[in-house]
Amino acid sequence: MFVEVGHAGAQVELELTGEWRALQIGEIERALAAIELPAGKPVRIGTQHLRALDLTGAWALREFMRRARGGGSEVTFAGAPPDQLRLLDELQASAAAALAGQPALPEHTGLLASIGRHAVRAGADTVDGLGFLGRASITFLRSLTSLRRLRLISVARHVYDAGLTAVPIVALIGFLISVIIAYMSAQQLRGLGADIYVVDLVAIGVLRELGVLLTSIIVAGRSGSAFAAELGSMKLNEEVDALTATGVDPFEVLVVPRLLGLAIALPLLTIVADLVGLAGGALLCRYLLDMPLTQFVGRVNYAISPSTFWVGLLKAPVFAVLIGLCGCYRGMLVRDSARELGRLVTVAVVQAIFFVILADALFAVLFMQMDI
Amino acid sequence: MYPLVEVQGLVNRFGRQLVHDGLDMQVSKDDVFGIVGSSGSGKSVLLRTILGLQRPQAGVVRIGGSDITQMTPAQLRSVKARYGVSFQQGALYSALTVLQNVQLPMIEHLDLTAAERDELALLKIRLVGLPADAAGKYPAQLSGGMVKRAALARALALDPSLLFLDEPTSGLDPVSAAAFDELVLYLQQHLRLTIVMITHDLDTIFRTCNRVGVIVDRRMESDALERIVDHPNPWIQAYFHGERARARLAGAHGA
Repeated sequence: MFVEVGHAGAQVELELTGEWRALQIGEIERALAAIELPAGKPVRIGTQHLRALDLTGAWALREFMRRARGGGSEVTFAGAPPDQLRLLDELQASAAAALAGQPALPEHTGLLASIGRHAVRAGADTVDGLGFLGRASITFLRSLTSLRRLRLISVARHVYDAGLTAVPIVALIGFLISVIIAYMSAQQLRGLGADIYVVDLVAIGVLRELGVLLTSIIVAGRSGSAFAAELGSMKLNEEVDALTATGVDPFEVLVVPRLLGLAIALPLLTIVADLVGLAGGALLCRYLLDMPLTQFVGRVNYAISPSTFWVGLLKAPVFAVLIGLCGCYRGMLVRDSARELGRLVTVAVVQAIFFVILADALFAVLFMQMDI
Repeated sequence: MYPLVEVQGLVNRFGRQLVHDGLDMQVSKDDVFGIVGSSGSGKSVLLRTILGLQRPQAGVVRIGGSDITQMTPAQLRSVKARYGVSFQQGALYSALTVLQNVQLPMIEHLDLTAAERDELALLKIRLVGLPADAAGKYPAQLSGGMVKRAALARALALDPSLLFLDEPTSGLDPVSAAAFDELVLYLQQHLRLTIVMITHDLDTIFRTCNRVGVIVDRRMESDALERIVDHPNPWIQAYFHGERARARLAGAHGA
């Protein structure tokens, strides 16, 4: 279709036809590959009927000519050779030089090398993270000196974004936790005739541990990712550089308000989760165990002390700062590419959740030692 | 012979804002057509409409004779393989090297082996005058001028006969911009390209374009470059005969 083959005496005559364009390159190559070239027989190429020849087409033709010459055939054109071939020759010379100039990087792929590389990277990452924490702390302390530098409007925005808009989902989760605890414990305790302890379990479980923990995990997923994505795309867009160049400290206007906003929002959300959790517990006890509301309230009063509530709430700002730091730190690390942004947002959320759970475990040990 | 790109009675409206109101445009084969207009006059919207990135409220956009506003996405795909586009900011895929960026359209549309793609992509990179080591670099490692060239190499990946350039020289220093103009001319002549470009750069217009379309009052006034400069519309007069243009115009007429 793209080439007609004829034999005139001792020479192979090829007549190129149709449009030799990149989009048909597969067919062109197959047509050329199908041509049989007896070794040493001269080849003559006619281009009178060729309607179009682009660079890709010319490249395929040149590959064919190279094959023919490799087989000892002499290749000539019936008329003038197409311009595109000359252009290709000029380019090819430099392209070959380009490939040769690329030095191969030494690749260590062994298990040991991989462990070493990750250890070094993790070490550097920890040092950088601590540096970030230090700079954020210093900026925060400095911004305490004046109301203007505290960026209260910005803080309020983050309280709204991270806190108020999360109320429905946090409330729902709070309710579901109490459902889970109540059902699970009711089943076990009923056999012992100790139904009343369901109240203890719900109240202590929600207030002390699960309310704050699950709220933090939700917030890590919502706000941790939002912080990382927002700061990361600002980095990609050079907005962070623009701030620095204007003489504005990005930590002061971007990082500290987010940390402060989250540190205010998360305790408030925890209170919401606690309240809804207790209300859910009361509801379930009413219908699952036929326990009147007054008895539930009385039992809650007996089972918990104020410190149960405060122990839970105290953890909230700590978790908030951990989540905020992970989000902001990873966001500020983004550079160069959209893929990097996606990777670091993922890292931010996973690390935020990890640190929250780790800190919760440390708190559990600490409070136990303190007998609270 | 029908025009390669033809726009008739184009109407684009965003809410209450009327951007184009009966805009006509014609680009013939082998033209280098410059689209000019004040900021906010709808140059980019026009280009996006021609590229099929947004549908107009009314009007016809023909590329190679067929109306793209009536096409299904599958039909549009085959049209899109026939032209190349270089966006204003380059729009290179940041996670891919320059070589991979150039290869991406080839992988989508061409029937080639990986080794052949490597070779052809390197050819295109050389064609736009990028240095040898640029192939393995990521877009973030390139200078502004190199990004523009890499974007052009990607636009040329499928050897299109029609090329759209959005602000090809914006953000470049005058020397790099002049070099880019020469590159565009070189490619236009050697590859027999038809080029449609949006530009503000008077030097680029006088060096590369043979026809110019000016968007004024939501329509387009287009003519050959020598004649459009004498168009009576006040904005066109201000554009071609303003303080910045005068020196250039004197030079062009003198030459």
